Amino acid sequence: MNRYQHIIPSGLIFAVGSWIAWMSYTQQPAEAFLFPRLIATVFVVLSGWTFVKALLGKSRVGVGINRQMIISLAPGLAIAGIYIFWAAKFFGFYTASFATFFLLFSIYDPSPHAEVKTWVRRVVTTAVFMLVMYGLFSLLLKVYTPREILF
Amino acid sequence: MEFIYYFGDVFAPVSFALLLVGTIGGLILGATPGLSPTMAVALLIPFTFQLEAAQGLILLGAAYTSTVAGGAVSAILLKIPGAPANIATTLDGHTMAKKGEGAKALQLSFLSSAVGGVFGVLLLIFLTPLLAQWALAFGPSHLFWLAILGVTVIGSLDSSSVVKGLLSGSIGLCLATIGFDDIMGAQRFIFHPSLGGGINIIAALIGLFAIPQVLTMFAKGRQTAGAEVIEVKKHSVLDATKEMLRWPRALTIGTLTGSIIGLIPGVGGQIAGLVAYDQTRKFSKDREKFGTGHPEGVIAAEAANNAMVGPSLVPLLTLSIPGSPTAAVLLGGLLIHGIFPGSDLFDNHPDVAWTFINSMLIGQILMCVFGLYVAGMAARVAQVPQSIMAAVVLVLSVFGAYSVQSSMGDVYVMACLGVMMYFLERFGFSAAPLVLGLILGPIAEANFIQGSMIANATDGMGVYFLGGALNLFLIAVVVASIAYSVWMEIRVQKLVAMGEAKT
Repeated sequence: MNRYQHIIPSGLIFAVGSWIAWMSYTQQPAEAFLFPRLIATVFVVLSGWTFVKALLGKSRVGVGINRQMIISLAPGLAIAGIYIFWAAKFFGFYTASFATFFLLFSIYDPSPHAEVKTWVRRVVTTAVFMLVMYGLFSLLLKVYTPREILF
Repeated sequence: MEFIYYFGDVFAPVSFALLLVGTIGGLILGATPGLSPTMAVALLIPFTFQLEAAQGLILLGAAYTSTVAGGAVSAILLKIPGAPANIATTLDGHTMAKKGEGAKALQLSFLSSAVGGVFGVLLLIFLTPLLAQWALAFGPSHLFWLAILGVTVIGSLDSSSVVKGLLSGSIGLCLATIGFDDIMGAQRFIFHPSLGGGINIIAALIGLFAIPQVLTMFAKGRQTAGAEVIEVKKHSVLDATKEMLRWPRALTIGTLTGSIIGLIPGVGGQIAGLVAYDQTRKFSKDREKFGTGHPEGVIAAEAANNAMVGPSLVPLLTLSIPGSPTAAVLLGGLLIHGIFPGSDLFDNHPDVAWTFINSMLIGQILMCVFGLYVAGMAARVAQVPQSIMAAVVLVLSVFGAYSVQSSMGDVYVMACLGVMMYFLERFGFSAAPLVLGLILGPIAEANFIQGSMIANATDGMGVYFLGGALNLFLIAVVVASIAYSVWMEIRVQKLVAMGEAKT
């Protein structure tokens, strides 16, 4: 983990801390921001300390991120992001969840993609899981999810 | 002896069925590497909305108890601890399994877990009312310092860097201030309509504990199933019981160490297991056998990590200070039912408090009975590919966060906090103090405001918050915990530097 991997996140946290502190000290009514001021001050001191330590090259804790990790993480993170911030509401929870589960399972499943039985297993696993989810959340817990686009 | 009156409630059909479901489910979840007890309990909270408070807590308590014990299955058969609490179990348990003594190791682990667990819950039963009486003397300034103590102790002891641990705690405290101020009704840090009502605790808990696990599984890429499961040959439970009783020293050290460590907020099962293992080795006549598949190692580690479960709830139920991340999640489970733990819990809701505690006592025995028979099946579940586990946890998290108040806003908050926590963890920050800050923030603020009103009308802020024996004692504990952690961190850094110099 190189020095910049310590400097960039600790710098970002220090910036956020400073911004929160500035907001706490400038917003009105002052009485409502009494406690946030106290916490934000501690936040700025601690994040400033972490940032200075990182600048001096004395930060050692953490494993950081690497290229391989980003490559492996990116498709999953992108699919999860689309699912949560768009598809769940647009297509409905069950339709979007079915597609997301199947996609993630297929992308990260180490079984060979060329075999038919691999795809059959993926479809069956996804369908069984979604049936369990429907049973748990719609039938048992009576959770009303956004309307489905297909049914 | 009030607890005896509420034993019958545990055996009511629905309650007992939930206890069974929580126990068996917890054993299986605990055996699955990557699913920590805290995450398992957080994902179960949405299933308690429709239940009565006591029933919901029975489910969560049973899951907590048995996920800790279930983690031993994968530790012994796969050499992958199901939870950090089972790291010490791996040292001798897996070696025993490789020698063909897998069944014996599993039986020893469940039997000693039950002994440790029952002792821990008995401690919870007898200590809690005493501490609750003592807590009645606490005023706003004491409760403010207690909340700060909860965050700082976990922040300093649970993190590899004290400053980053405390910073995580202050991030949590800042997040807790989002929403409308209780006294003036002023808007604070509401940058998106999803944050109008503040950050929902349950959605935050799911996001902070489950989403980083999902992303960790994604980051591992296309992995084949974990290590091969070692086949388990049949072994008599009676023989295993006799074997366990042959090592009373390991059982006693494990149970006592776990119970004492459990009472200290912030020190988790991982520490309990490792300290008990180390102490038992020091006092054992066969210390050279440790690490080569010695039963004492398994007994000490497992007795300790389950003995800490009961005592870790004492600060939560008496002072409303969760002593561990899982206790913080249980606090979330109490709050959604409108129950606030603390000194008056046993006066206002004795049925809920005692039924929950009693269920944990029965749960320890059920965990042992089912553990002995479900272990083989649980080990198979532990082999479920990470591709499935990641997708299952993600979808469950989304449904769970949404079901809190049927709001997509909670799902967005859950996702954002989860992604933020994943990257923070990569840079040495810890989820536990952040969660504690988020949960204890409103308690700290309410008591700070109340205290400052009293202070302004009486002796002033300085005297009110910094004067008095109890305030000074709590401040001293805050300072001592930070100082101890800083000292430990410097010591570890010196040892690392010495090791690097040698190589």
